[in-house]
Amino acid sequence: MKIPFSYSMRNLWTRRLTTILTASGMALVVFVFASILMLAEGLQKTLVQSGSFDNVVVTRKASSSEVQSGIERQPASIVETLSESALGTDGRPMLAKEIVVLINLLKRGTSKPAQVVIRGIGGHSLPLRPQVKLAEGRMPRPGSSEIITGQSIAKRFKGGGIGETLRFAMRDWTVVGVFDAGNTSFASEIWGDADQMMPAFRRPVYSSIIFKLRDPSGFEKVRARIEDDPRLTLEVRRETRYYADQSEMMAKFLRILGMSLTAIFSLGAIIGAMITMYAAVANRTGEIGTLRSMGFQRKNILVAFLMESLLLGFIGGCAGLFCASFLQLFTISTINFQTFSELAFSFTLSFGIVCKAIAFSLIMGISGGALPAFRAARLNIVDALRTV
Amino acid sequence: MQIIKLIFKNSFRHKLRTFLTILGITIAILSFGLLRTVISAWYAGVNASSASRLVTRNAISLVFPLPISYKDKIRQIPGVKTVSYGNWFGGVYIDEKNFFPNFAIDPETYLELYPEIVIPPDQQAAFIRDRRGFVAGSKLAAKYGWKIGDAITLRGTIFPGEWEFVLRAIYKGRDKTVDETQFFFRWDYLNERLQKTTSNRAWQAGFYMIGVTNPDIAADVAAGVDKTFKNSLAETLTETEKAFQMSFLSMSEAIVIAIELVSLVVIIIILAVVANTMAMTARERFVEYAVFKTLGFGKWHITGLILGESLFITMTGCALGIVLTFPAAKIFGNEMSTFFPVFNVTIETVYLDAAAAVMVGAVSAIIPAWRAVNIRIADGLRSIG
Repeated sequence: MKIPFSYSMRNLWTRRLTTILTASGMALVVFVFASILMLAEGLQKTLVQSGSFDNVVVTRKASSSEVQSGIERQPASIVETLSESALGTDGRPMLAKEIVVLINLLKRGTSKPAQVVIRGIGGHSLPLRPQVKLAEGRMPRPGSSEIITGQSIAKRFKGGGIGETLRFAMRDWTVVGVFDAGNTSFASEIWGDADQMMPAFRRPVYSSIIFKLRDPSGFEKVRARIEDDPRLTLEVRRETRYYADQSEMMAKFLRILGMSLTAIFSLGAIIGAMITMYAAVANRTGEIGTLRSMGFQRKNILVAFLMESLLLGFIGGCAGLFCASFLQLFTISTINFQTFSELAFSFTLSFGIVCKAIAFSLIMGISGGALPAFRAARLNIVDALRTV
Repeated sequence: MQIIKLIFKNSFRHKLRTFLTILGITIAILSFGLLRTVISAWYAGVNASSASRLVTRNAISLVFPLPISYKDKIRQIPGVKTVSYGNWFGGVYIDEKNFFPNFAIDPETYLELYPEIVIPPDQQAAFIRDRRGFVAGSKLAAKYGWKIGDAITLRGTIFPGEWEFVLRAIYKGRDKTVDETQFFFRWDYLNERLQKTTSNRAWQAGFYMIGVTNPDIAADVAAGVDKTFKNSLAETLTETEKAFQMSFLSMSEAIVIAIELVSLVVIIIILAVVANTMAMTARERFVEYAVFKTLGFGKWHITGLILGESLFITMTGCALGIVLTFPAAKIFGNEMSTFFPVFNVTIETVYLDAAAAVMVGAVSAIIPAWRAVNIRIADGLRSIG
């Protein structure tokens, strides 16, 4: 014979103030827990989507990012011959020799500077990145001072919108198009003709070479061929791997922050739940005695009180998730410690995070309610009935 | 006197509940204190930088160097006392996760500009004599167990290759705000190797540090430097060291704001816990409050009882939390020294802790006190906790 579930529900309803306070404490913890998971997820998504598995990035050995890397024209041509890349629609190899530099731009409204990536592109740079689409305007004409900007640059930086001009490298560059790069890190980049960028920045070397594998499983062969070539000192990585390496420090920082905050906060919330449940047991000793004398067993009492604390956790969890889901409207822009360039990513809610957050709130409820529930179940019938 | 005794006795009527509440407050104050310390550690670079030093860098962005010939031109600008220069080297020691800032610098002028970097004179002389010598901060040397005379190899990321150095000096900070995890070696060592390997990258400085004769004219000097190189192939951007450090921080502002928000959330969570405890306590004692009223005690007396108990509990937890913050910060600072080279609990943090605890204690007592004061005596006597 089980104690009906409604008994637990109505108990929570009777002590509304206490229930609201405890549940809101838990809701806040779940909110923080979920928001950090969402950030990590957003960062992950941005970087995973930035790279394609079939693409290969070639940089100078030991340089952790494209900005630090430099590949002279001659080694670049050697890579071109060694790469055996897939052929594009025009029948030429899908390979782009790019130059990547950082410049300071001012944000709209605040006039705060941020470091933005400028990418000098080749003819195949766009097809190599299927996740990047031209949203408005047109592509820059080769050999002209024209640029296209990512949607996040167009929105947030002075002179980044279509038809406006940006001044850098002693020239004025006209924005002739805006590209939509979804959630990828390309959204915070500016693209223009590589052969124009090189003389403008007085940097006569490419930063990286990107090409698409003809045979997706042949990566190891291509890597060995390029890395073992005595004429070259280059490093070859899959594009997905390259972008994961880029944000290792950021991801680690988020992980440490998330773990420590969640650990500390959940302790606080569990203590809150414990206080509430202990009080509930103490206040209802008479009730428990009555229930026992009616024939309910110890385990039924235990289950009823555990149900109550689970319910508390669940209410808190749902409320916290509900609030956290609004975070998806926000985008975090920060500096990537490793590349010193602007990195924008948004809070991303996934089904996995919803499950994790609810599970986490239930665990908090259980751990807060376990000891009090045991105490309730262990009460002696006669003593319990005697209390006023 | 009587009321103090009563508050104290009341607080320990429910030993378990009071203990749990105090524990909760201790944890919250501890985490609040650590979060505040993280924020102040974030700004450590700004606080340690001086307003009488200027940083000149390439106007395009930090990744572009400036010609070394600018050194003599800058020196001729009125108001400039010393000019030093250096490069961010960005080398990796064994593995990427052993991050520490490493710079190639011009030794004499740089150490003259930074009196807060304290080196024993004999070590300084040894560093200036040895082309491959380097100076390490005492924290850094302790972390990797380096001794004077040890040979260290860094793997260049910006300047490729394996670079060998010999530890010639260990510096200590003049005070607690100085970052003791830095690594300085000689710019001419870098330049010589670049001449051999990639000659087009030699004879360049990543940044110039300028000491001005008087901090009041810093802005004029900065404008003078930028005007000198206007319309050249490498235009400059000069700002005070503080502004330079701030510009870095403003890029990571989002993280600081997030941490600040989180530290507020900690306080709100603990507020919920304490308010809950006080609500229960008051609810259980309505009968007693009614008896007090019957005996003729006023509403301030009852308010004082509830508020006093609430403050007593929060302040006990707060004191414990503050005491624990210091050892915790020490451990955390050592663990996270790559992220936060300077990690000190400031006195402001302690004040904020106390202020937060008082606020939590006062706010938690409002509703229960209001209900206890306004309940009619007959209802109070009748109520069941």
